[in-house]
Amino acid sequence: MLGFLRRPLVVTADINLNLVALTGLGLLSRLWQLTYPRAVVFDEVYYGQYISFYMKRIFFLDDSGPPFGHMLLALGGYLGGFDGNFLWNRIGAEYSSNVPVWSLRLLPALAGALSVPMAYQIVLELHFSHCTAMGAALLMLIENALITQSRLVLLESLLIFFNLLAVLSYLKFFNSQTHSPFSLRWWLWLVMTGVSCSCAVGIKYMGIFTYFLVLGVAAVHAWHLIGDQTLSNVCVFCHLLARAVALLVVPVVLYLLFFYVHLMLLYRSGPHDQVMSSAFQASLEGGLARITQGQPLEVAFGSQVTLRNVFGKPLPCWLHSHQNTYPMIYENGRGSSHQQQVTCYPFKDINNWWIVKDPRRHQLEVNNPPRPVRHGDIVQLVHGMTTRLLNTHDVAAPLSPHSQEVSCYIDYNISMPAQNLWKLDIVNRESDRDTWKTILSELSGAHLPDWGFRQLEIVGEKQSRGHHESMVWNVEEHRYGKSQEQEERELELHLPTQVDISRNLSFMARFSELQWKMLTLKSEDSEHKYSSTPLEWVTLDTNIAYWLHPKTSAQIHLLGNIVIWASASLATVTYSLLFLWYLLCRRRRVCHLPEDAWSRWVMAGALCTGGWASNYLPFFLMERTLFLYHYLPALTFQILLLPVVLQHVSDHLCRSRLQRTVFSTLVVAWYSSACHVSTMLLPLTYGDRSLSPGELRALRLKDSWDILIRKH
Amino acid sequence: MLYASGRFIAARAATTFPTPPKGRGPALRGKRRELHIPGHLESPSCDALAGQRTRPSAPLAGRVILKRGRMPPAIGGGLAGSELRPRKGRCGSQAARARGRDVVPEAATRSPKRPARSSPQLEAASRWATLAVVTFLAFATRFHQLDQPPHICWDETHFGKMGSYYINRTFFFDVHPPLGKMLIGLAGYLSGYDGTFLFQKPGDKYEHHSYMGMRGFCAFLGSWLIPFAYLIVLDLSKSFPAALLSAALLTFDTGCLTLSQYILLDPILMFFIMAAMLSMVKYNSCADRPFSAPWWFWLSLTGISLAGALGVKFVGLFIILQVGLNTISDLWHLFGDLSLSLVTVGKHLTARILCLIVLPLLLYVTIFAVHIMVLNKSGPGDGFFSSAFQARLSGNSLHNASIPEHLAYGSVITVKNLRMAIGYLHSHRHLYPEGIGARQQQVTTYLHKDYNNLWIIKKHNTNSDPIDPSVPVEFVRHGDIIRLEHKETSRNLHSHYHEAPLTRKHYQVTGYGINGTGDSNDFWRIEVVNRKLGNRIKVLRSRIRLIHLVTGCVLGSSGKILPKWGWEQLEVTCTPYLKETANSIWNVEDHINPKLPNISLDVLQPSFPEILLESHMVMIRGNNGLKPKDNEFTSKPWHWPINYQGLRFSGANDTDFRVYLLGNPVVWWLNLVSIALYLLLGSTLAIVMQRGVQLPAELEGLTQVLLRGGGQLLLGWMLHYFPFFLMGRILYFHHYFPAMLFSSMLTGILWDTLLRLCAWGLASSPLASSIHSVGILSLLLGTAYSFYLFHPLAYGMVGPLAQEPESPMSGLRWLESWDF
Repeated sequence: MLGFLRRPLVVTADINLNLVALTGLGLLSRLWQLTYPRAVVFDEVYYGQYISFYMKRIFFLDDSGPPFGHMLLALGGYLGGFDGNFLWNRIGAEYSSNVPVWSLRLLPALAGALSVPMAYQIVLELHFSHCTAMGAALLMLIENALITQSRLVLLESLLIFFNLLAVLSYLKFFNSQTHSPFSLRWWLWLVMTGVSCSCAVGIKYMGIFTYFLVLGVAAVHAWHLIGDQTLSNVCVFCHLLARAVALLVVPVVLYLLFFYVHLMLLYRSGPHDQVMSSAFQASLEGGLARITQGQPLEVAFGSQVTLRNVFGKPLPCWLHSHQNTYPMIYENGRGSSHQQQVTCYPFKDINNWWIVKDPRRHQLEVNNPPRPVRHGDIVQLVHGMTTRLLNTHDVAAPLSPHSQEVSCYIDYNISMPAQNLWKLDIVNRESDRDTWKTILSELSGAHLPDWGFRQLEIVGEKQSRGHHESMVWNVEEHRYGKSQEQEERELELHLPTQVDISRNLSFMARFSELQWKMLTLKSEDSEHKYSSTPLEWVTLDTNIAYWLHPKTSAQIHLLGNIVIWASASLATVTYSLLFLWYLLCRRRRVCHLPEDAWSRWVMAGALCTGGWASNYLPFFLMERTLFLYHYLPALTFQILLLPVVLQHVSDHLCRSRLQRTVFSTLVVAWYSSACHVSTMLLPLTYGDRSLSPGELRALRLKDSWDILIRKH
Repeated sequence: MLYASGRFIAARAATTFPTPPKGRGPALRGKRRELHIPGHLESPSCDALAGQRTRPSAPLAGRVILKRGRMPPAIGGGLAGSELRPRKGRCGSQAARARGRDVVPEAATRSPKRPARSSPQLEAASRWATLAVVTFLAFATRFHQLDQPPHICWDETHFGKMGSYYINRTFFFDVHPPLGKMLIGLAGYLSGYDGTFLFQKPGDKYEHHSYMGMRGFCAFLGSWLIPFAYLIVLDLSKSFPAALLSAALLTFDTGCLTLSQYILLDPILMFFIMAAMLSMVKYNSCADRPFSAPWWFWLSLTGISLAGALGVKFVGLFIILQVGLNTISDLWHLFGDLSLSLVTVGKHLTARILCLIVLPLLLYVTIFAVHIMVLNKSGPGDGFFSSAFQARLSGNSLHNASIPEHLAYGSVITVKNLRMAIGYLHSHRHLYPEGIGARQQQVTTYLHKDYNNLWIIKKHNTNSDPIDPSVPVEFVRHGDIIRLEHKETSRNLHSHYHEAPLTRKHYQVTGYGINGTGDSNDFWRIEVVNRKLGNRIKVLRSRIRLIHLVTGCVLGSSGKILPKWGWEQLEVTCTPYLKETANSIWNVEDHINPKLPNISLDVLQPSFPEILLESHMVMIRGNNGLKPKDNEFTSKPWHWPINYQGLRFSGANDTDFRVYLLGNPVVWWLNLVSIALYLLLGSTLAIVMQRGVQLPAELEGLTQVLLRGGGQLLLGWMLHYFPFFLMGRILYFHHYFPAMLFSSMLTGILWDTLLRLCAWGLASSPLASSIHSVGILSLLLGTAYSFYLFHPLAYGMVGPLAQEPESPMSGLRWLESWDF
């Protein structure tokens, strides 16, 4: 009964002191003086804005990446009790006392610190020696660029953390595959792989490169699994299914979840509303929702509406007209109809109101019951304030002579008949008799000719070739008109609209709109003083000045350890050449390497060289502005490869003991030189010391580095 | 339709002749005998049946038996059926060889005798007859109504014009390499076209000018696509029905037909692509006889075709990639074959380097040499090229010119940007529009020579008359402060703290001041790159930068195209980033100063490699510059395979003669379905094989055809399609056609294999024997009928548009996006 008493209770703790020490060192290097400088450093100015928006729950749109990274940063702010009240307008601005700098910078710093022990573990899981693993971790520890990047409110260190976590989890999963498939551990690491891939993608789109790499490696392994004839068909199927769920379904679900949380958190309208569709805006609190709430849904004959262009480029604007007429003769000598101007106006205005009129009837108010307007109906649009009819005719438009002019018709009695009948074409209709719904329906008026729009100039397109978005309009504000008399109607137009029901878009609709807008929003391709090209990264020909002390010459730069960068690139080249050589030899059945060493070598190369290549080469195809920090994820993979290559050289290429000893000595010498360079650059990494111009000049190891030297 | 039906009789004859016996026994033996003989008869195409060299030899389905096309009915169902399958006879000789000795003797013993079916001569004759019929049909469809419409259609306006330039020997610039246009020019020249037609805009009537030579040449090359496709598929699959189906799909595709009938680069490009593919396939099948004459022949022909493809358009790079991949895998197999010595492998490698790299490169360079030699007169393309380049064009102001060597105050100059295809610093009497910086005179860069490119270089503080002979000549030196006055409008080059029109972070550059009197914002410091202070500035040679004195920014061109208000010239800005880029470096080109002695410019003649390099830089930049404008309807790559939208070649209204480039929807959608089916079937079979399931030999053969042959075609399709998704330049529907060729060939192989698989699966039922021939035949007939329906798209239609009920095309507008 009391059998358990007969044996002592034993707790065996297996603590790898290496790991503990590395973690400690990592934390020390990343967290030391974390709140210094107490000023906005480089891109903090950019991410800080979004943190403030999260704190205030205001909707924003950022095309640089999915929201998970921003949310993690905001979590730091939330934990530190940040109220979001800080004007992020200038790099170098002093933080006010309400900004919890430490907790804002904590998460990226933790991620950076934990990357160090993780590098150790990855190399171990690749079945290389402890010594090699220590080497990798120590290199990560002293790499200046990684330290700088993880001590600030920036996303790269989080991205690198999840990249490494994905690789590590996959390796752990793969290594437990042989002895204990479908065990708890196996499942844990498999799901962890999917989760961390998803997190990486959720932080920056760049994460997708690592995701594809892991997927690729997993696919090759799955293919071997299929070829394994000792497994039954069912077993293989289960294996494949488990991988598909964990590596494909879980990431997608998680990605959607990020957006779900993002949209849940941000429910107030904000400065970026205008980019989104009216329906999306109506789902936010405040802003458009306040105006549109409770408008009648179905547009009827007699409805008063404002029409917003769906395209929203270059500016979102509303169909507008005013008393002024087109000039009789344009500057370039072409003539116009001299009728009332119709434009697209980017501001809310009383002149944006139009009344939908049935051409067969005279009155402008809504019947009781309202007679809804349907797809295909012929309508006239009456401008509310001037009661003129929207008209287009075969006169060249003011700026786009190949299109027709659109005007509000004034009868000059000059044999120019009014052409003011418009056919309603609801683009997103479900059936042919769909009614015209406020906000939700997108319509393009077809006046035999269709209408389009260029540069805030309204033109009628002669032919509707497909449906370009700039020819589609939706009704944003809407109310039923009640009065027939012109004065009363003007009064009515000035009144605010009536209010009641709210319309909600489904999550998927909002997600797809937001995602689409984020991917297609073209930020103007800006040049930046510190932008660089991918070719400059490998050789570290460029740097970025992050911050300069307002008075002294203390400064922070994103600047790598040149010894590490150069030798990491060298290691990549060595690896590729050796790999090619081995491959050719094996093809001719000349084996230099034992089988297990070869498979380790291939696996390490696939993940490290593959990781470097997949995180680096795609940048050559990108046309956006690029910075040095885009290279950091690729660099981490290169750093992992470096000690692996060194061990390989020592194990397999050094023939005698003497050679091996000499090689080890060289490695130690090389590592100390790396440490030396690292300490030398430390003042630029932490920015804690003011340096004299002479010292700064001495630090300028490459001519192309831009180190700030005060002139006086 | 007349052609089509005629063709089917022939096709049918080929498929069913000679009628196989209903008996079962002797198939294998008979086949084996037949297999060897035709191989010898068919001499230039080196017969693939001869073997698969060192690869673990894949049993390829035997050609001769397949030609019979009909399965002998299986006798005895179930197990017996599978046992008999090898004898149903579609594995070729290698299959038999691969399977080893155990099968053959068994078959031989079981099949005592079999009446001789057909003489080998008849076989060969029927094969040639089929090829002849296919070729004839191709030519007939392409040349039918070739002269219609007798006016310029679509891009004929460009390529016809460029053909004329060759005839007139005037220099021009185009974003594509020159071979295609040279061939067009040659065809025009030989057919008596004198190069006088202006080719101004689509719709212009040719009248008395001879245009049929050029169209005929394009149609001639376009027609060869079909026999090529036929031969490629035949070689890959060893199956007549598959080859016929592919040929029919291409013959009856209205898109291919339309594209082959006009003076365009595409038929020429596709000709070379298909020729390269065909010769590659042929030389692959010669692999068992390396270094034999046919082997060398096909290998070097591959190289020649590659040079041709690349010489027509850069799209040729994709087929080069495909041949490259094929060669690498080929060499990899040779290298892994331990029975070959390293020396032999080295020979193989050298042969490929010679034929696939050196030879095409030589040819390609030759094409350019001819291009440069032929075009020796100044023409519309001069401004795209550097000053040194222009010096060799007769008629250009720099040709045999002599101009003052050193820049002096008072000189009238043109200033050219160092980056290629940017052009000359330019200004004109138009202001920046309201809302875009200050309303001052526009300054742009312009690619063509023009009076508005002339500037006068003046001292910043005096406004003396430059021509005044009393003033001594004073040279401009590195580091001087100068003012540039626009000669035509007398305004100074000016910059200030206003945003540039397109590049917001740069400053606006304008023309300012009246009669040369402006303000301090007109002062620029002239600097020579890599030079010391006080040096004189050399015309053409010195690379100069102009630094704005007040703001410290550098004059440059962003290379962006200004909107309509700027006449679509390029933007000039003053950039605050001082990095030395070609955008902000200029050189002085024309230089007029009567007070200075002239020197000859012959020293500037560039060498041929320099010319080659420069032409390529200009072409690449030109290609990248073809960006879609905002609010323009552009064709997206995903539109193409679904045949979403065509291109209007000619005519828009109902009274016009209308030609509309649109793929035959039946063909295209069949292709689309086939790719999906192929992926499904291919991956299933691959997984099955990876699981180590032992397939019956017959299926094994089909699988090999599907995975190897089909795989190559799928690769071709992907290589010619997916890169377009990455391209930033403006894209058109017709870019898809090379990919479409591959996709049609894949369709042929897929359906043939699929039907055979069906027949095999249903071996026990009586349907099995006919399912294959019926299937192929219905596909052929269906395609032909759809061609009958859609042929007006290609041959032209007059009358009401398709949406009118009385139009002959009414009811055929299956997608709303087609507007014919």
